[in-house]
Amino acid sequence: MIPASFDYEVAESAEHAVSLLADHGDEAKLLAGGHSLIPMMRFRLAAPTVLVDVGRLDDLRYINSANGTISIGALTRHSELEHSALLAESCPMLASVAALVGDPAVRHRGTLGGTLAHSDPASDLPAAVLALGATIVARGPGGDREIAATDFFTGYFESALADDEMIVEVRVAASAGGWNYQKFNRRAQDWAIVGVAVAEGGAGVSLVNMGATPLRASAVEAAVAAGASAGDAAAVAADGLQPPTDLNADADYRRHLARVFTQRALKAAGVA
Amino acid sequence: MESVKFAVNGTERSLEVEPRTLLVHALRDELRLTGTNIGCDSSSCGACTVLVDGQSAKSCTMFAVQADGADITTIEGVADADGKMHPMQQAFHEHHALQCGYCTPGMVMAAISLVEEYPELDDHSVRHGLEGNLCRCTGYQNIVNAVLAVAGSGSATPIRPYQSGQGE
Ligand SMILES: Cc1cc2nc3c(=O)[nH]c(=O)nc-3n(C[C@H](O)[C@H](O)[C@H](O)COP(=O)(O)OP(=O)(O)OC[C@H]3O[C@@H](n4cnc5c(N)ncnc54)[C@H](O)[C@@H]3O)c2cc1C
Ligand code: FES
Ligand code: FES
Repeated sequence: MIPASFDYEVAESAEHAVSLLADHGDEAKLLAGGHSLIPMMRFRLAAPTVLVDVGRLDDLRYINSANGTISIGALTRHSELEHSALLAESCPMLASVAALVGDPAVRHRGTLGGTLAHSDPASDLPAAVLALGATIVARGPGGDREIAATDFFTGYFESALADDEMIVEVRVAASAGGWNYQKFNRRAQDWAIVGVAVAEGGAGVSLVNMGATPLRASAVEAAVAAGASAGDAAAVAADGLQPPTDLNADADYRRHLARVFTQRALKAAGVA
Repeated sequence: MESVKFAVNGTERSLEVEPRTLLVHALRDELRLTGTNIGCDSSSCGACTVLVDGQSAKSCTMFAVQADGADITTIEGVADADGKMHPMQQAFHEHHALQCGYCTPGMVMAAISLVEEYPELDDHSVRHGLEGNLCRCTGYQNIVNAVLAVAGSGSATPIRPYQSGQGE
């Protein structure tokens, strides 16, 4: 399957990318790892007329830490998160979740900025970033702004980014609390049918593929904060949610999975 | 059209391609390197796996323009110049890790990358690491054995040990 034709521009800096986006309006899209965009273009679900390649911006591939905050460049690849000694030490959940994305070839190309901007409710790293209470830094024509992960995912494959904004960095606090990530799927290499991320001993809990966006499970977090057991806290995991029905699972089965895996994740993260 | 220049199996190649040309098509149709197969054509099967700057990549999920300046290795480039097979090819041969052979070029490239990336592999991690490469014939066990033999775990025995050394 061959994508529709497009013009190809190589961005020389994030500012250059943003100005190319501003020039071309909503006809243009950034190309990072291409591991969501190229499949969509091949199925002709997307047909941008201009691609702005940010994949060569190696100065946005970094993982640094200062004063308890870890800063990760948007072009950092999943495999770089997976193998990062700094993350293994200061935010192991992010490294472990990255290691569960797709397969090694996908992780060699896919980027953190790309998976966040793509905002697929079935993706792994968006949920991890949400549970960790990360901050996403977006660069636009007017400079940088910080967007809390809780405000970032606005709808089905939609984010708070404007057409002419680019994610440049993701910031997370170094995290020492208990954590766990449960990814349930039937086919190797696949997206989660349901997933659950627990950070900071249950202070941050998020759900994968349980709605139009990655979701923060605030009822579960509140129950944990009030001293509920893992079982009692997990019992409310699916309350009020409208998960999708698809070939893999119907909505009721997804609600069931969310409760089961929330309980497992909470227990593994140290909630009694 | 865009000009791209990359090294393929150690040789500089220059091409004029449409931006939408996928790397696998540039390799197969322009450079006539047809060892790299197309299976699913939708990023799932790994038949098209090559190395880009030493790491496995699905060449059906990259535009050729994204590889400008890169170092690409395909299955044609892994044996020695004198034709001696790469240790991974040799291990696939010895462990009977292929039947129809359609998945094999991609499987070998993914496996070469895997043992580079993960120094400590066991049965489970080889299976997890090759999740992106589908094989419809072998049932995978012999592929896992071949990869483990190269990974140096010593835990894999060829299923047909009487074969080793034959045909040399
Ligand atoms: C076979 C396969 C299996 C996969 N399995 C999983 C899985 O199990 N779990 C999972 O979570 N994901 C999975 N993925 C998706 C993978 O993680 C993608 O790499 C990721 O979703 C997108 O990252 P990318 O860098 O490739 O983005 P691209 O495809 O380049 O871009 C995706 C979107 O984000 C935009 N974008 C990219 N970078 C930025 C930026 N810095 N700022 C603003 N916008 C930007 C692009 O314009 C585009 O709209 C899989 C993909 C494949 C092909
Ligand atoms: S042909 Fe590329 S992954 Fe199947
Ligand atoms: S040997 Fe036939 S698909 Fe693997």
